[in-house]
Amino acid sequence: MKISREEVEYVAMLARLELTAQETEDYTGNLNSILEYAGILEKLDTSEVLPTAHAVPLHNVMREDVVKSSMDAAKVLANAPDVENGFFKVPKIV
Amino acid sequence: MDITARSAAELHTMLESKAISATELVREFIDRINKVEGNVKAFVTLTEESALEQAAKQDEKIARGEKIGPLAGIPMAFKDNMCLTGIRTTCSSKMLENFIPPYDATVVERLLDAGAISLGKLNMDEFAMGSSTENSAFFPTHNPWDLSCVTGGSSGGSVASVAADEVAYSLGSDTGGSIRQPAAFCGVVGMKPTYGAVSRYGLIAFASSLDQIGPVTKTVRDNALVLNAIAGHDTKDSTSVPFEKPDYTEFLVNDIKGLKIGIPWEYFGEGIDQGVARVIQEAIETLKGLGAEVTECSMPHTEYAMPTYYLIAPAECSSNLARFDGVRYGHRSQNNEDIISMFRKTRAEGFGSEVKRRIMLGTYALSSGYYDAYYLKAQKVRTLIKQDFDNALEKFDVLLSPTAPTPAFKLGEKLTDPLSMYMSDICTSPLNLAGLPGISVPAGFVNGLPVGLQLMGKAFSEGMLYRVAYTFEQNTDFHKVKPELTAEVVL
Repeated sequence: MKISREEVEYVAMLARLELTAQETEDYTGNLNSILEYAGILEKLDTSEVLPTAHAVPLHNVMREDVVKSSMDAAKVLANAPDVENGFFKVPKIV
Repeated sequence: MDITARSAAELHTMLESKAISATELVREFIDRINKVEGNVKAFVTLTEESALEQAAKQDEKIARGEKIGPLAGIPMAFKDNMCLTGIRTTCSSKMLENFIPPYDATVVERLLDAGAISLGKLNMDEFAMGSSTENSAFFPTHNPWDLSCVTGGSSGGSVASVAADEVAYSLGSDTGGSIRQPAAFCGVVGMKPTYGAVSRYGLIAFASSLDQIGPVTKTVRDNALVLNAIAGHDTKDSTSVPFEKPDYTEFLVNDIKGLKIGIPWEYFGEGIDQGVARVIQEAIETLKGLGAEVTECSMPHTEYAMPTYYLIAPAECSSNLARFDGVRYGHRSQNNEDIISMFRKTRAEGFGSEVKRRIMLGTYALSSGYYDAYYLKAQKVRTLIKQDFDNALEKFDVLLSPTAPTPAFKLGEKLTDPLSMYMSDICTSPLNLAGLPGISVPAGFVNGLPVGLQLMGKAFSEGMLYRVAYTFEQNTDFHKVKPELTAEVVL
């Protein structure tokens, strides 16, 4: 087993997911079998290989620094679950 | 032949010659949807009224004697991960069940500008994560060839709607095979263009270095016509590539004499259904008979593509889906005490089990202490996989393989075993890692279920893929066979 139940709970916290006991158990099993399968990559010596993040070489794409109009605030807020005075409203943080 | 079974190119001729109006055409397709949708279940949202309004506008143009473009007035639909202003866009997720985009995706804008008539939004695996469309939070889509079988995925609604003649064509998206594998399962033509050829602006992201939008059509010609309309640089997508866009229809010649086709033997290994292998072998003989030079080749890192894909795609997904936090859009849990519990409960309630599984896997692969062993390792192997393609494509014009290892499987058959489900992408995901274009075309049948032939090419060689696919299509009859669908609901 590469990954324990406790590690799954820790990862769920990092991912901001609340898991049920059943889900924690299921994902512990799933993640272990997927990671065991991924272990085949260890057969390859990649010490001299550079990583590929993007198949198409990309460089910073810049545009002219010109002020343009952006989307109307009312449209931006229209899908928000909770709004007050033109702001997104969230539960108490501090 | 029923009007709805015709290709977009044929429908264009009918509209131009006034054999039918755009409004009549939309009504034909709505009738067809009413007849078969109860069995197929391809649509999450139907927009018949706005389709009729759009059609009326096209009819006015035709009446004024204006020349209409090749896609004007022709009914189609979008996968439900592409934003359409004012139309619910769900990604087949509870998270976005009530999301109404305030803007159009670039592909949507380009098709609507070309006069396309959208009939609605098509079902998919939730957030495009899946290979069967059973991960839709709403309902699975059924394969028109056998309603007890899956459509493949994640663009299941996109392929089923085209195969069932509910639309003339559709758009799908492909991260590890999500256009090509379902196109093979449902007997239609599906193209994944080169990474960067089609703008991703307004496509709800799954894995940003792999996602690409492409056309799903009944014929190769239609595919080229739709790609003509959607491809090309877009300043709204910084990963979109500025390139000289050709007229893809110019490549539609019935001639492959002397073209070099490579057959990577690793794509015919373990897990490939014998019936599928036989169909592909026959297709190879057909292409040889048409004058292609076919040679076996080797792509030695192919077996590493699946584990590489299933580390990189979930890693990117865990990062992309962090935005769904119940603050700016989408579901928010009402059952929370503080901000952290609001995030965790919102995501627990909004995401389905496969999406959570991939977020978990990706978060783990990116987490401190495991990043080098999994994510970085996978990115290095990605380099080797890309080199395999570069080396092979130096010698060949195109590479050929099955699109999927098996024909469509039964609904429910692979739901409890994620790894066996992931294996349905074994022939398609390497290409996404390399960022290259690939097309699936109908190549035959196994026990009445369609089999797809995959052609893969160099970056921005979609034209070459169309040429080979078109020649194959013009010399075979598989694309003319239609599934039998009745109005009687049999689900």
